[in-house]
Amino acid sequence: MPTAPMFIQAESVSREYRLGETVIRAVDAVSLGVEKGEFLALLGSSGSGKSTLLSMMAGLDRPTSGAIRVRDRNLAELDKDELARYRRETVGMVFQSFNLLPRMTLEENVELPLRLAEVNRADRESRVGEALHRVGLAPRRRHRPSELSGGEQQRGALARALVNRPAILFADEPTGNLDSVNGEQILLLLREIQESLGMTVIMVTHERPLAEKFANRIALLSDGRLVSDGAAR
Amino acid sequence: MKTRDLSELAVRNLREAVLRNSLTTLGVAVGVASLVAMLSLGVGLQTLASQRLTRSGLFDAVFVTSQRNFRGPRQPQSSDASTKKESRRLDDDARQQFSKLSNVTEVYPQIRFITDVRYAGKSESTSVLGLPDSSRSSGAFDGMKGAFFSSPTADEAILQIDFAKLLSDQPPSLIGKEVILRYAERGALSKAAADDDEALLDAMMGSGKPGGISIVPREKTLRIVGVIESDPSAGIGGFGGARVYLPLKTAEQLHVAQPDDLQAFLSGNSAKPSYMAMTVRVRSPKDVPQVEEAIKQLGFATFSLLDATKSLRLVFTVFDLFLGLFGSLALTVASLGIINTLVMAILERRREIGILKALGATDRDVRSLFFAEAGAMGLFGGFFGVALGWLIGSTLTWGTTIYLHRQNLPGVKISYIPWWLALGAIAFALVVSLVAGLYPAARAARLNPVDALRYE
Repeated sequence: MPTAPMFIQAESVSREYRLGETVIRAVDAVSLGVEKGEFLALLGSSGSGKSTLLSMMAGLDRPTSGAIRVRDRNLAELDKDELARYRRETVGMVFQSFNLLPRMTLEENVELPLRLAEVNRADRESRVGEALHRVGLAPRRRHRPSELSGGEQQRGALARALVNRPAILFADEPTGNLDSVNGEQILLLLREIQESLGMTVIMVTHERPLAEKFANRIALLSDGRLVSDGAAR
Repeated sequence: MKTRDLSELAVRNLREAVLRNSLTTLGVAVGVASLVAMLSLGVGLQTLASQRLTRSGLFDAVFVTSQRNFRGPRQPQSSDASTKKESRRLDDDARQQFSKLSNVTEVYPQIRFITDVRYAGKSESTSVLGLPDSSRSSGAFDGMKGAFFSSPTADEAILQIDFAKLLSDQPPSLIGKEVILRYAERGALSKAAADDDEALLDAMMGSGKPGGISIVPREKTLRIVGVIESDPSAGIGGFGGARVYLPLKTAEQLHVAQPDDLQAFLSGNSAKPSYMAMTVRVRSPKDVPQVEEAIKQLGFATFSLLDATKSLRLVFTVFDLFLGLFGSLALTVASLGIINTLVMAILERRREIGILKALGATDRDVRSLFFAEAGAMGLFGGFFGVALGWLIGSTLTWGTTIYLHRQNLPGVKISYIPWWLALGAIAFALVVSLVAGLYPAARAARLNPVDALRYE
């Protein structure tokens, strides 16, 4: 009996880097499916290939071989502009180091994806306000990143990732630069957003307790290979 | 990304690194300023020369002589159809005809004669020339001591300084003094005299009986109103060399015997006075060929300096080209500054480019952003450069004017920025900046987002 197609499907994905004569295989023939609305944690130690896999699923990088299908479209076959459109319209991203632009205010940072997506100016203000309200930063909208705490900056980055109402949220070590309290708050927020909006969340982390506490499912990578894949406890 | 959003982001980025971007923009401005200053100097000098030459009357004038005056070694017989026409006398009838030609603004004869000038017991022989009232604005009398004639019929004279020195050790002291001119007046022969001389004339001329003219010595008292150092009659119009100048109408009223009179008398045309040459002024230099041709068709010889203006334009075009090249060198150096600034910006903003790409910016968005920043620097630099160039040009004009005033000469505007130069310089700065931004923009657009995000 045929199974229903996955929302995101990695099919024997590999990613190699060449350093002179040496070939480094960062991701080695990984096959992985993600259901719509799932919270998947890609767990692994440093250098395990989890961030590389996430970059390929987010359309930032291309696999050397294999296919990544999102809604039945193979990302490996998209041209540069189509990949940019995928990142703009389907994907939201949160990074370990927040990556807010320091010379813009919080609301300008959150507005940036709307500018890139050419959303009408009239709609932008309400959508920026809505995103900031969701992460609890509405009162800090005119502050610059340097005037915010680490936790606030990551929440601001989350608002920026949400403002275009993406179908998939990718989070690359979102708690890596935060203390445990702020880290847990961010993941609570992620979980809440995933549940309330039915969003698919794929998070890279090396902290097993956090993955087990917040994700529905954990995929463990080691040396570029998928070691285990199963429901979180 | 929409153009407005792109512009806002570009201006914001420029404001963030305000010192470096201002210095780069200033570099463009200095480049544009040097270009504008050089070209404005070229244009200004060209305009000045054109105005002066136009005012001199050399380039909007046709010099007319009777064809027989030009025959002989000076002008070989031409096979041109116009020269085959019957040779005409250059008299008042011809003058009337010239006046009626289209685009002719003024016709005046050349009245030139040899005279004795008496002052304070001294008597000096010299050449006198009648000047039309239009000479007042020719520029030839700028810087003259004294004043131009008070009216076209005034009994006044202007002396050339070398001649004035013969009359007085202090030439300027002659202004306001009176001199006496002794000259030969041409008149029609009286009836009695004609009867007495009839037998003689018959013997001389045969049965033609052409009539007669009388030559009578006369004196005229004139007040000296000016002393001029240069020779305002020099050049093709006046054939040079006159040392005393009278208003043309005053000179005409003297009815001085002209060299042509004897020839006219011998050929039986002595009833009306004729002239050695006439000057026909036209509305603008471009009307010269048409008027010249019309006068030739009437049976006269003509001469103009139109070819000289063409040569002058060629000289100024080459001059402008060289000035433009030197100015462009400065702008080229400035464009290297733009490339340097933008390449540095790529290194500094590598992470930002990565973030923009992660958020969905296309290569084109990133390229356009860097392009817009280069263009904004070029545009601002262009505006400031034109203003700076104008300031430099004005300073040069100001300095030159002060120097000329110290030399007792009138000030001149040596720098001039026409609208096309201002707009052209701004457009040029914009284009140069965009070209300079091509490489950095392409490099920024090519950045791999993963590598860019990893950059610290």
